[in-house]
Formats: sequence, structure tokens, C-alpha cells
Amino acid sequence: MDQYLDLVVNDLRERFQVEVETFRDEVSVFVPPEQIVEVCQTLRDEYNFDFLADLTAVDYWPQQEPRFHVVYQLYSYLHNVSLRLRVPVKGETPSLPTVEGVYPNANWYEREVWDMFGIHFEGHSDMRRILMPFDWVGHPLRKDYPLGYEEPQYTFNFHEIERKKPRPRA
Amino acid sequence: MGVETKLGQMGVVTTTLEEAVNWARTRAMWPLLFGLACCAIEMMATAASHYDMSRFGMELMRPSPRQADLMIVAGRVTRKMAPVLRRLYDQMTEPKWVIAMGDCASCGGVFNNYAVLQGVDEVVPVDVYVAGCPPRPEQLIHGILTLHNKIKASKPLRQG
Repeated sequence: MDQYLDLVVNDLRERFQVEVETFRDEVSVFVPPEQIVEVCQTLRDEYNFDFLADLTAVDYWPQQEPRFHVVYQLYSYLHNVSLRLRVPVKGETPSLPTVEGVYPNANWYEREVWDMFGIHFEGHSDMRRILMPFDWVGHPLRKDYPLGYEEPQYTFNFHEIERKKPRPRA
Repeated sequence: MGVETKLGQMGVVTTTLEEAVNWARTRAMWPLLFGLACCAIEMMATAASHYDMSRFGMELMRPSPRQADLMIVAGRVTRKMAPVLRRLYDQMTEPKWVIAMGDCASCGGVFNNYAVLQGVDEVVPVDVYVAGCPPRPEQLIHGILTLHNKIKASKPLRQG
């Protein structure tokens, strides 16, 4: 592990209840949901992690406890180190506080996570769908969402598929 | 264009009204600027100087649907874009034609999922399908010429 990263991770371990996992050069810090905003604030203000490179989520269905991990990838330009924060959340519509106040670019990332996974962010200024149409029902990237593919149409099932295809009215 | 008789040296040709109308419709069809994804690059290449679309009168791509009469749907159409596409199609004035360019506009292409329309003929009636991913400019021009042939064979002035 990088020296600077070592320092940062030890400090986080003292101040917050986090667990750390290392794999080769990558460091993942597991943060409880209530503390994520504080952790991000600390990292941004004291340790120069000024860039939120990505904010996504992972669905571990059918494992239910916890079902989702929300992943924050932070990067520091000054020290050239990357850090990953993972927040395990559980439940059907989990909710955690927004980091929009700390990193303004989290706005669209959190909208995308809401749209694709159904994870709500409290305190977000504009929580609505960003990729799917506004009246879409369901959260597509969850593991129990159907793939939504169309059956390939061969000669032997040509007419069955043809009957079910949506066609314009005019 | 069917020239029925040419009267001597007077420089007069006669033809049927239908043929004249079809000739006028095919000779300067203005496409609607509707490149959505990668096929748009090939559409631009067709409109550029090497494979000229200007020889068909089509170099003028209109962004406004009121002024266009051909919609070349170039690229995949998502479910979010489908009502927009239909609205633009409805805003085009008659006569109008649609070319579904590429695999994604014809049948959904490689994207067989919840977000992409499986063929733009789910929302608009299509006249010519051009296959390819993306279709080469020659293929698109073949599609345009097929559309020209289709229009020449149509009978716009007959009722029913």
C-alpha cells in the first residue's frame, strides 16, 4: 500500500468504524451508511481527495444481507492515489445520505443509482430518473429485473413473434 | 422518367402527371437531420464529397421536420427517445418517407434488451430498411435508390 494511503486509512480506522480490505494495490474501505458524509468530508478537506471519480452500486441478490453496496471511487490529484469506499446497505428501497454537499458531481451519479438500483439518497436536490423514461416502473440493473429481450424470430416461429410485435397505429 | 413523345425540334416532352409528380418527389428529397448514433457517421460520410448525396439533391439536411420529407433514422432508438421520434415524424408534412438505416433501426441490432426499441418500425412506418452495422455509404445509397424506385412505382394520384 502507498505510504500516504496507509496514513489515511489508519486515521480513518481511528476516527470512524470502518473496515479495510486490500487487494494488490487497491484499497477498499467499508463505511457504515450514517458516516459516509463525514468520511467524505474528511477525505476531501484534510487528505486532498478532491475528485469523486465514480459513484455506483452493486447488487448482490439473492444474498439479502446486505443486498447492495454503494461504491465511491475517490482520487487525489496531489498525491496520485485512488481510494474506494463501499457502503453496504440492505432492504428493498435502501436509503443513505447524499454526498452532494461534499462533491457536487455526485448529483447525476446518485440520480443514476436511484434510476438503476432504487437506492434513495436523502437530502438530494433532484431525485428523479436520468436514463430511463420518467414514468418507467422498476429499477433495471437489479438482479431480479428481467432482461427484457425479444425472442429471435426464425422461420418456424415467425408468425407467433410477428403477432406480438408492437406496431404503430398510423 | 417516361418520355411519351417528343415533338420534333420544339423541345417539348409529354408524360403522365403521375410520372412527373414522382420525378419531382425523388429528385430533391431533403432528409431530416436525424443521426442518433454510429450510423450517423456513415450518413455524414455519404453526404460528404467522396460518396456524394448531393447528386440526388439530398445534401441539404434540414433540422426542422416541417421542411424535410425523408427521415433517415440512423442509429439505435431508446425507449426514452421513441415518443420524440414519433412526434418528429408526425410533424413532417406529407409526402414523407422513412429509411431505417442500420441494424439497430431495422431490428434492434445487437441490443436485445429493455432499453432499446427492437426496430424503429415499432413507432413509425418504414419504407426501406438498410442493413449493416454500420452500412457503408454505398449501401445507404442503394437504399436511397431503392426508395426512389419505390416512389417511381407508386401511384400518388389514384384514389384508393
